[in-house]
Amino acid sequence: MNTRALPLYATIAIFLIAYLLCWLQFPNILSTRVIGNLLTDNAYLGIVAVGMTLVILSGGIDLSVGSVIAFSGVFIAVMLRDTGLHPLVVFAILLAITTAFGAAMGFLIDRLAMPAFIVTLAGMFLARGAAYMLSIDSVPIQHPFFKTLQSAYYLMPGKGRLTLIGVLMILTVVAGMIIAHRTRFGLSVYALGGGEQTARLMGVRQGRTTMLVYGFSGLMAGLSGIVFSVYTGSGYSLATVGTELTAIAAVVIGGTLLSGGAGYMFGTLVGVLTMGLIQTYIVFDGSLSSWWTKIVIGILLLVFILLQKGLLKLSRTRLA
Amino acid sequence: MTLLKRIAPQLIALVALIALVSIVFPGFLSVQFIDGRLVGPVIDVVKRGAPVALLAVGMTLVIATRGIDLSVGTIMAICGAVAAAALAGGWGMAPALAAGMLTGAAAGLWNGVLVTVIGIQPFVATLILMTMGRGIAQLITEGRILTFTDPGFAWFGSGTLLGLPVPAWLWLLTGAGVALLMRRTALGLLIESIGINRRASALAGVNATVLLIAVYMASGLCAALAGIVVTADIRGADANNAGLWLELDAILAVVIGGNSLLGGRFSIIASLIGAMIIQTIDTGILLAGFPSEYNLVIKAGLVLVILVLQSPRIAAEWRLWRDSHRVDREARLEGKAR
Amino acid sequence: MLLSIRSLTKTFPGTLALDGVDFDLRAGEVHALLGENGAGKSTLIKCLTGAYRRDGGTVALEGAQIDPRSTVEAQDLGIGTVYQEVNLLPNLTVAQNLMFGREPRRFGLIDARATRSEARAMLRQYGLDLDVDRDLGSYSVAIQQIIAIARAVALSGKVLILDEPTASLDAAEVQMVFDVVRGLRDRGLGIVFVSHFLDQVFDLTDRVTVLRNGRRITTLDTADLDRVQLIEHMLGRALEDAVGDAAADGAGSVRPELLSFQGFGRRGVIEPFDLSVGQGEVVGLAGLLGSGRTETAELMFGVRPAQTGKAHDANGQLDLSNPRAAIAQGFGFAPEDRKTDGIVPDLSIRENIILGLQAQRGWARPIPRAEQNRLADDYIRRLDIRTSGREKPIGELSGGNQQKAVLARWLAMNPRFLILDEPTRGIDVGAHAEILRLIRELTDAGMSVLVISSEIDELVAVADRVIVVRDRRHVAELKGTRLGGDEIMRAIADSGEVA
Repeated sequence: MNTRALPLYATIAIFLIAYLLCWLQFPNILSTRVIGNLLTDNAYLGIVAVGMTLVILSGGIDLSVGSVIAFSGVFIAVMLRDTGLHPLVVFAILLAITTAFGAAMGFLIDRLAMPAFIVTLAGMFLARGAAYMLSIDSVPIQHPFFKTLQSAYYLMPGKGRLTLIGVLMILTVVAGMIIAHRTRFGLSVYALGGGEQTARLMGVRQGRTTMLVYGFSGLMAGLSGIVFSVYTGSGYSLATVGTELTAIAAVVIGGTLLSGGAGYMFGTLVGVLTMGLIQTYIVFDGSLSSWWTKIVIGILLLVFILLQKGLLKLSRTRLA
Repeated sequence: MTLLKRIAPQLIALVALIALVSIVFPGFLSVQFIDGRLVGPVIDVVKRGAPVALLAVGMTLVIATRGIDLSVGTIMAICGAVAAAALAGGWGMAPALAAGMLTGAAAGLWNGVLVTVIGIQPFVATLILMTMGRGIAQLITEGRILTFTDPGFAWFGSGTLLGLPVPAWLWLLTGAGVALLMRRTALGLLIESIGINRRASALAGVNATVLLIAVYMASGLCAALAGIVVTADIRGADANNAGLWLELDAILAVVIGGNSLLGGRFSIIASLIGAMIIQTIDTGILLAGFPSEYNLVIKAGLVLVILVLQSPRIAAEWRLWRDSHRVDREARLEGKAR
Repeated sequence: MLLSIRSLTKTFPGTLALDGVDFDLRAGEVHALLGENGAGKSTLIKCLTGAYRRDGGTVALEGAQIDPRSTVEAQDLGIGTVYQEVNLLPNLTVAQNLMFGREPRRFGLIDARATRSEARAMLRQYGLDLDVDRDLGSYSVAIQQIIAIARAVALSGKVLILDEPTASLDAAEVQMVFDVVRGLRDRGLGIVFVSHFLDQVFDLTDRVTVLRNGRRITTLDTADLDRVQLIEHMLGRALEDAVGDAAADGAGSVRPELLSFQGFGRRGVIEPFDLSVGQGEVVGLAGLLGSGRTETAELMFGVRPAQTGKAHDANGQLDLSNPRAAIAQGFGFAPEDRKTDGIVPDLSIRENIILGLQAQRGWARPIPRAEQNRLADDYIRRLDIRTSGREKPIGELSGGNQQKAVLARWLAMNPRFLILDEPTRGIDVGAHAEILRLIRELTDAGMSVLVISSEIDELVAVADRVIVVRDRRHVAELKGTRLGGDEIMRAIADSGEVA
């Protein structure tokens, strides 16, 4: 058995056991209604985590995504308020902007040879600042097209709603899986995460790949911003503070090695759902406070980092 | 003399910035003496800049070892919560202060052990505490803003000593104390040496593990002090907002101070000036009547400029360019001599 | 002629790495490239693989001039390389590694099944039947090397450069790799083989080219060569001319014992050895690169702690579990690779010199600045460190001067036992003699020194006693009348049992 897949199995096992435990306490939790909500509530997180997974696989990090989501919401809301453009056109412009923004950060990371976290930190300031400049207040979105988007769902048996944005998240994960595992670009990303120098020797074009990776993350952050604006029906520049941390945690809990080179896109979905499950449990329980979410996520993060560290050591000693 | 040369760029930047702000807001430099206290925008900058300045002291040391501490903002929140909870529990001022500081040291110890003993990269190791720290702080305050009335404790946030606000004294004394400790003992040299080449330093007998843990603990203590200042200032612990974003400002202050993110040579004084530059921008924008949202964009621009200046690749290319020109020039000179 | 190199020249700032080297490679031969550190082997290889651009000379492949600018370009021209550290990605599967960059695709997506079957077919040519879906990193280094060879051959197919591919393999694994290499030779590839294991060179290769100090010394058929002759070429010393320069002074006298190591060893690094060091004695450690000479020093200094054995002095057992413990016992170690293990580049010469002493005194007792200046100036003068001042960052000095500063760091600590690994490498001739004289001075003052060197004459001149290391074992101890260049060389060359 590949030790590489071990964190993924651990993730899936933890998720299933946790679900089982929740179900024993609250049988309702296994209804399509709860599952539908789990997908809808975490749609924006799942989408941005897909981009983050690719970035982390390449050995990098993208701290700007939370701010980009907030910027996207404000941008959409302001554009719809102040111009007569159709939302779809606004979406297209927005995605072009966020993709270019990500690619520009990728370019700087490669050209300056500086740590990714500090370059994307600047990106975080910039995107948040740009959102503030557009509007400080929460801007409601009243376009009828948004109403259509918000009310688009498929009623599952058991009255659960499979919403459009939930489906979009699943589709994004599938697209992410194809890109990461079935394209040469995806393989180049794994190669960079495994070792930059070796990857170059094997013919990976590092600069181009880095730009594409961060561009993809920007695209996902933009898409996530669209989903978030549909979900909340407004654009607010103070929204999604710290989402980058949640996304990173979801990726790592999903079994991806934080130092890059190993992991699965599917694991990220499980990671996102695990975090959603924790929140759902806290809501069901009623007596637990919301801050336990952060603590449990932090502990899970630590456990997975230690698990990966241990696996790495294990495989080294076995070979030696 | 060498110190002056080292901090000259930061000083010039600060002076230019003050000049700029004074043009837009002429009263910026005016200071009055009212009721035994100095009052004025500059005094305000020095007081409000205290948390970032305090954090920058610890962060400078961590960055000098080629590390980073992303958890300082949340450590502030935790320590503030602990101190406030201790006061609310009737512990009195000194025990509450001690509890807050001890918590900071413990948090630093945790980070240091993860980095050195377990061998996790600093940025990842401190991310763990950054993620769960606010949860811990909220656990302590039970999600409320935990208020207290102890005037002695509040003095650390809003009191005055010899005309200057107490927070200003705190960062000035901490900064001067740590800077002196670093340069009057061999600590500074040893920290720089493990930041530049940890392996060679260890082979020369430098105890890198203990030093690294100590540095993260120092960062935790500085964060605890900053947390106490913030908590004392508003007479309450706000687990959600205390120290929010401040880790970024602290890192920014350190790099504005000309300290390389790649470790090595450091200057605490320069970092402190960096912290004051950031606070002057913050206050200046407010005074000049610009909306405060310009702040983040200006900071982003600053980070970018500094990154370009620090980039090893850009530096290498510049050196190559300069050398090739020098060779050309020398060749021309030789040609003339012949 | 498959590959033909004429008067290849490459300079780096301050050094002439390759000085008009000629080299020929025939199709269907394995051609060994030999030389000690700094001989120019790796520079030559990097010029061939496009990692470096040559400054002068010509390279012709099948008669056509080539000048590759990158490894990828060299690969396309037909030159593939396999390095000591496997240059594949352990985090990808075997199949992904083999097919990287040329995966079969369907509808634009990688066809995983076809990738697997093609990878399996490739490995079958080498007699390997592996699960190609497993991570490369889960296989032994030998298998990884064969996979690396398979990939290099598939991508290039004319010239295969093997750069110390066997450095971390055991005997059975080496044979496995060699079988693969022989098969490729029989298919008509030209193979360049770099290794410092002479047994392997005699076992595998058809011809041998020896480089020394950036020059080609000779090219000979392996069949016509004997070991002593080969080592003579590598180390640059003729056997006949070196009798009588043995250090006669220390020959008969018995010195009081300072330290003794018993059964000191570590699995896979160096076999357990016994060694005693006398007060004021210079012990030489001779052997080829990779023989275990540096490893001996690393065990003694606790860089890699010994797993077996003990070390004693007159007062009892010594703790040598890490460098700090060794320093506390009065040990010092100036390592071979001064860039990564010796200097702290951004710190000044003064700070580099006092660093060890300061670490020993502890952070709370700083050395007064005046004392620091005195120490630095003193050593700059005594060791003739060429610098514009003591405050210059050490990274800006030339290699030889950096080496002297690292030496000064240890001298300032006044150890009782100093280990010098290649103390004279990269130092000009004048300074060379200076350092040997200094070693004598130190031992006259009572310090004991262990000198590791690949220059045999240097060892004969400076050492009272020389231990010869071969194949990770201490194989001979030479002293008194038996201490001479010939004897050392024979002991290094001897393929038989313990001399």
